Amino acid sequence: MAGSLLAALVSLDGPGHYFHWHWIDISYANLTVIALMVVAFVAALFAPFPGRRSKKETK
Amino acid sequence: MSSTEIDRQWTTRLRHRVARRLPPEKMLPDTQPAYVASWIYVFGVTTLSALAVVILSGFILALKGPQWWHTSGIGHFVNSLHLWSVEIFFFAMVIHLWGKFFMAAWRGGRSLTWVTGVVTFLTSIATAFTGYVSQTNFDSQWISTQAKDGINSTGAGSFFNVLNFGQMLMWHIVLLPLAAVILTAVHVLMVRAKGVVPPFEEKVEAR
Repeated sequence: MAGSLLAALVSLDGPGHYFHWHWIDISYANLTVIALMVVAFVAALFAPFPGRRSKKETK
Repeated sequence: MSSTEIDRQWTTRLRHRVARRLPPEKMLPDTQPAYVASWIYVFGVTTLSALAVVILSGFILALKGPQWWHTSGIGHFVNSLHLWSVEIFFFAMVIHLWGKFFMAAWRGGRSLTWVTGVVTFLTSIATAFTGYVSQTNFDSQWISTQAKDGINSTGAGSFFNVLNFGQMLMWHIVLLPLAAVILTAVHVLMVRAKGVVPPFEEKVEAR
């Protein structure tokens, strides 16, 4: 049951879907992973780290 | 044997060199500098953790073999664990690379740390590629036949034949993982020896 619910979220049963723009040709799956990496990178720069005191507190 | 002779032994010289460059308090430090308390520093350790899962799940796959990972439920699970730990490995390693690039982490005599990281990244890509062509399914057949022309055009096909399953499997489970693990160990030891790169100094505006 849980497996079929997960499978329904993104159907991988078929040919892949591709993003075309000029010479760029990339699958939406790979594009999604790259977008998630950018999101994780930006979040890592700005998300507060537990236990770290801010600059205001240290002054 | 005189003390001069003992001092000239390669074992003595190596021990002194290691002790000088990597004393125990640097090898296993109690604390890290305050600037390390940021999420961007977590991705290096995430990469290491994912690599440990990749190696462990790879050991199990090697023990049981293709029939097992293609047909049994636990085999499918371990096969998926191997794949998804590789996905996390690359995901975290690329963010680690971006972070270190924008920090210019080669500063302060850390150029070899940066270079070993780059070479480890390239070795990991080759390891993943040989893994894809060793799956023993239609996907691996498709990837190997698509890759052969590109690789043969470089001349590497004379000693690295992607259509030779036995050779690709040996590269995947012996040569390349060995290289990746040794390079990773050297990379981590260099980080320990030189310390984590400090942030850029803030510019003070002239008044």
